[in-house]
Amino acid sequence: MTIKTEPAARTSVQESTLCIEETTLPYGDAVPGAVLEDSKSGLVVAAEKLTELATYLRDHEGYDYLSMVTSIDWPSYLEVVYYLYGVGQPKPAKVLRVRLPDKANPALPSVVSVWPGADFQEREVYDMMGIRFEGHPNLRRILLWEGFEGHPLRKDYRESYFEEDAKPYKSRHPDGAHLWAEDRVPWKDNVSYPVGWDPDLWTQPEVQYRRIMGVDDQVDSGNGSKFGTERVLINMGPQHPSTHGVFRMVAAVDGESVVGLEPEMGYLHRCHEKIGERNTYIMNIPYTDRLDYITSMSNNLGYVLAVEKLMGLQVPERAEYVRVIMAEFTRIVSHFIAIGFLFNDLGAYFTPALYGLRERELILDLFEAASGSRMMCNYMRFGGVSADLPEGWIERAKELVTNRLPRVMEEFENLLTGNEIFLMRTRGIGVLTAKESTAYSMAGPMLRASGVVYDVRRAEPYSIYSRFDFDVITQPEGDVWARFIVRMREIYESLRILRQALDGIPEGPIMPPGKKQYQVRVPPGEAYSRIEGPKGELGFYVVSDGKPNPYRYHVRAPTFINLTSLAKMCVGHKIADSVVILGAIDIVLGEVDR
Amino acid sequence: MFGSGALKGLRVTLREFVSTYVDDIKRIPSRYAGGREEIDQSSAGEQHGLFTIQYPEEHRKLPERFRYIPILIYDAETGEDRCTACGICAKVCPPQCIWIVRAKDESGKPVTRPAEFCIDTTICMNCGLCAEFCPFDAIKMDHNFEIATYDRMPQLLFDLKALRVPTTHYAQIRPGDWAAEQAARAAKEAEKAARDAERAAKASQQSSA
Repeated sequence: MTIKTEPAARTSVQESTLCIEETTLPYGDAVPGAVLEDSKSGLVVAAEKLTELATYLRDHEGYDYLSMVTSIDWPSYLEVVYYLYGVGQPKPAKVLRVRLPDKANPALPSVVSVWPGADFQEREVYDMMGIRFEGHPNLRRILLWEGFEGHPLRKDYRESYFEEDAKPYKSRHPDGAHLWAEDRVPWKDNVSYPVGWDPDLWTQPEVQYRRIMGVDDQVDSGNGSKFGTERVLINMGPQHPSTHGVFRMVAAVDGESVVGLEPEMGYLHRCHEKIGERNTYIMNIPYTDRLDYITSMSNNLGYVLAVEKLMGLQVPERAEYVRVIMAEFTRIVSHFIAIGFLFNDLGAYFTPALYGLRERELILDLFEAASGSRMMCNYMRFGGVSADLPEGWIERAKELVTNRLPRVMEEFENLLTGNEIFLMRTRGIGVLTAKESTAYSMAGPMLRASGVVYDVRRAEPYSIYSRFDFDVITQPEGDVWARFIVRMREIYESLRILRQALDGIPEGPIMPPGKKQYQVRVPPGEAYSRIEGPKGELGFYVVSDGKPNPYRYHVRAPTFINLTSLAKMCVGHKIADSVVILGAIDIVLGEVDR
Repeated sequence: MFGSGALKGLRVTLREFVSTYVDDIKRIPSRYAGGREEIDQSSAGEQHGLFTIQYPEEHRKLPERFRYIPILIYDAETGEDRCTACGICAKVCPPQCIWIVRAKDESGKPVTRPAEFCIDTTICMNCGLCAEFCPFDAIKMDHNFEIATYDRMPQLLFDLKALRVPTTHYAQIRPGDWAAEQAARAAKEAEKAARDAERAAKASQQSSA
């Protein structure tokens, strides 16, 4: 709403606006002056009152789960957007928006003290948009390196090999004489550095890991404590088989115990979101395949749901079924890999991983037959799917779901679940309580293994999940073993959904009527759609201004946010256990680094 | 019992080892009997052991929809390109790897034919959107994935010469799509013929009246 000021009462404008706010704006009584405007797309909050309102919402309104933090570069201000949900009691999203008109030096208070899960997300916003979060415990770049110049998601930022603001580029047709990218840009790679700064002379600041090395704690208290053992800094990764890709854990160890840990990422960063803003809407679908490259079907689904929300498209019945079938097969694939490689990290070299991969191959055969590619499926489209299932596909899938996979799962259970070495290595390792995992914005199997009954398919059903009969698997322990068990049981639940979907799939069209469009019209607005991806809550946030390209495109990557609690889980355990804890998060670097 | 997990594991490994051979004995003729070429894995559901494919001696049978680098189709009989250089593929291409120069006649007027058509395969992400949205069925996705070369430039820049394939090749790699396309074309022609006949009949009626 807008606040009207009467010309007659100009002297008491300040008082009267305050008065109106308190009586009509939400939470005016509890936190006066916090909410400035109650717009359709969320509450506009005063920056200085943000933490106060956040604490109130968490403690009194049940918004205990900070799902997403992101930022938008509007022409006249920068906006930070918070999406809150309730995990204890599922409720619709509460959206908080903080507007920062000072683009040169934007700052707002950090909410890490309220929701620790904001940690990495705020660092990402700082890195990508240059917004400072006052009071953040460790505000430094997260995906880019310390010497990087500029903030890529600002609208005025131009990346290397910049060509045009939006695709399709004019140079390709009708006079598209080919040029290599290197020749196209007159200044070659146009990478810029801060003034007076030489990349060759730059060294990593010595104090970067001061926090985990406890440099500031080691004051001489006079009782001989400074004669303790020395902490050693260990770099695991980025080239290390246990980190599942190019991920680096900087661990401070005292003997063999981890006393501090900091994850370093971004080695695979390609600024997916900036690419997404240059792309047209449909071009983004194949790019989402490359996020979590093991679960491309789920990524497709999350993205098309967000755009469909904006477009208001109705998806045909058969396409909905096909989507659910693909998404559940993807979950099985992902969990097989997670389980297999968890054992790899434990030292059961490749045997369980290969058995898992073998079953995955059969499912990938199905994906390939339907979409044309095993991993980069690019299968979903706005309003449906790209192609109907080929002949005999459903029979093959049924054979897999009813015969082979249950048999293999039995074998898996028999081989893995009761193994005493496995139990000894995983029980009580990396424990997160229900409260902690909610506060850390953990998602998916990580959250449910801490005893939190929360599944987006149940809490906020998307597609046609409300029709299927399945259980939300939880385990109260919150350790690595519980995460393994949750994943195992979720495979059974996925098989249950698949059986229902494969039996119930109707005949019919797979796309809404009308000609296939390569240039879709998306009305202005914003949409945040989240799905229960295999690795957790996968969210896509799309802001449209009516142009062929999204104005803002953000991915809530579950594994990236799940890493927030890595340090918390590892501290106190042995260095070998930190490998297992990381394995149980099941990260995929394509998604973490984006 | 302590150690039972290890024994169980060994048993499973042994069973996998043996069943790999059993699987092959069941298959008549054996996979290794003669020409080790194309292996169809779509029925691997009944297999118990490993199903490794000895690439490059063996190949996996690719499903019809398999997609790799785009190809441009020309009519095998007339030699005419299907492509009209309309540029939709270049506009929909996510990494923008398609470059088209439209042909011009002597007077400089553009004609519906590509003079140059380049696909930078170092950039192509094999998404298949170009083939999906081509209104003339001119661009399709090929099955050949063995395009490795020693140099990026210029071997991996596919020009018109490298991209053009006859309709027979298309019919061979995608028999289902080809049949559907032929059927659609036949239906369209029949419809057109019927309409022409109707029009002719009407015209003759009018002239007689």
